[in-house]
Amino acid sequence: MPKYVIVGASAAGIGAVEAIREVDPVGSLTVISEEACPQYSRPMISDLVSGKAEFDKMMCREDQFWEKKGVQALTGRTAVRLNLTQKWVALDKGDHVNFDKLLIATGGMPFVPKIEGAEKEGVFSFTTLSDAEVLAEKIESAGNAVVVGGGLIGVSVTEALVKRGLRVTMVELKGNILSLILDPTASEMVENVISNAGVNIVSGQTVQRILGKPEADNVVGGVVLTNGDLVPCDLVIIAIGVIPRVELISGTDVKTNRGIIVDKFMRTNVSDVYASGDVAEAYDFVLGENRLLPLWPLAQLEGKVAGYNMAGKKAEYPGGTAMSALKYFDIPIISIGIVNPREDDAYEILVKHQPERDLYKKIVLKDDVIVGLTLVNDIERAGVIFHLMKNCVKVKKFKQELLSEDFSLATLSRSLRRKLYPGEY
Amino acid sequence: MNVCSRFRLGKGEVYNMKRIIAKEEYCMGCGLCEVYCTVQHSQSKDVIKAYNREIPRPLSRVKLEVHKPVSFAIQCRHCEDAPCVTACLSGAMQKDEETGLVTHNADKCIGCWTCIMVCPYGAIKKDTSGKVVSKCDLCSELEVPACVASCPNGALLCKEVKP
Repeated sequence: MPKYVIVGASAAGIGAVEAIREVDPVGSLTVISEEACPQYSRPMISDLVSGKAEFDKMMCREDQFWEKKGVQALTGRTAVRLNLTQKWVALDKGDHVNFDKLLIATGGMPFVPKIEGAEKEGVFSFTTLSDAEVLAEKIESAGNAVVVGGGLIGVSVTEALVKRGLRVTMVELKGNILSLILDPTASEMVENVISNAGVNIVSGQTVQRILGKPEADNVVGGVVLTNGDLVPCDLVIIAIGVIPRVELISGTDVKTNRGIIVDKFMRTNVSDVYASGDVAEAYDFVLGENRLLPLWPLAQLEGKVAGYNMAGKKAEYPGGTAMSALKYFDIPIISIGIVNPREDDAYEILVKHQPERDLYKKIVLKDDVIVGLTLVNDIERAGVIFHLMKNCVKVKKFKQELLSEDFSLATLSRSLRRKLYPGEY
Repeated sequence: MNVCSRFRLGKGEVYNMKRIIAKEEYCMGCGLCEVYCTVQHSQSKDVIKAYNREIPRPLSRVKLEVHKPVSFAIQCRHCEDAPCVTACLSGAMQKDEETGLVTHNADKCIGCWTCIMVCPYGAIKKDTSGKVVSKCDLCSELEVPACVASCPNGALLCKEVKP
């Protein structure tokens, strides 16, 4: 009976545990996590800070999840070293865990650039539950905050801080916030909503230096932007992005690019060693290449695929792509695939923009196949379009209807529906 | 919980499960499925009260899709390998191992819309509150789901399927 070991117990680790147990209910399964209670939803930490969700609500699996799945959960423990020839994982207290099949699901860690003064009290990153808990404690005594980075994490933490009554300045290096997942039009719509909530958005700038308070230099008192402007604040949240946590595999034969390179079965180049989630570079079906896509739903799916294969059930990762659903500041948005295509004849763009209704929809086509989707406010047909996208359907015959309010499954021809949705429905 | 007449298949602990299927050739596009779904998911279970007095008006979880001359009603398919369950950020969307139903726990839902993004049928909607999602629960308290029972032309069928 194989012995499975999983390092990391967030989305990918949870997905793998569930898949392994579907196939092999009894094999020895050990999960190693640095966190005391890892089965929580990381994307929800902003809801904890805002007060929208209590700790219990953040649990994405039941309290007894590990026990019920027959998992030996080594929580609050760190995997420090791997020996892939003798097949063991060394832990922080000098002990070892042997494995037959190993999954590396160590995730990502916040990228913190070198900023003078970043060691001061009041500077936070925002990735884990403990980040959120520490930040939440400081909010009562704070008045102003600077969020560095206008990406997903930056926007989520900004909303939480605004809800708690703080005055927030969001500093974004690029010209627009959320520039990786939105085009300038959609980004501007979000910026308007965020500005109306009282947030000061400063784009084209970053934080050059973090200053102390006059009375206590080791405590955050403000930031200096690249243009020399001074923004007084009590908290600085660095939300620039995450980078793969690959330190565990350094010195091993596991191949990496920026993250661990995996095939469609989530296997690394070393046999019996798998990787999934934010640490792995998995297949992007839109770009046709492997890349980092640190997104919760993909991590969980990748973990599931790894789990099946580890337990001996062949499963192939269908590929993911950049895909985000946003709820922040009550402006629902879905963004999938390529949203800012290079100016090129190869791409065709369909747009419906009704500013008076705060409605914006955009589809990017390449050779009549959908490669990008942006929906602002009217999001409910996103899944049908995403399904066309995943199946590389030529949409030439009905492309003008894709952005219509009435677009639905019924718009598709019967033969296309039969093909895309096999079986009865 | 009386889940849509599940029953044992004999010796093994295998349950039959129900699924709704649409017969588009019989659908007249009358929309009664939506009306009865709305009523079934209302506080009062009364059509006049549900439509006239309940604010906000309860939401139908079945959607009549029309693209003339085609029409059919669609609701959550309770997919075997449900993308919404894998994608759910909060654990609100779960696959019930026993009944095979995809269940949605509104108390756990944070309205992140990720399930809407990945549902290939477009069968998940924002709730009237705009804070959580809503979808078909196969009327688990009824023997036959309200949309099926109310369809006047047999365009919705409840069929037993093997898990």
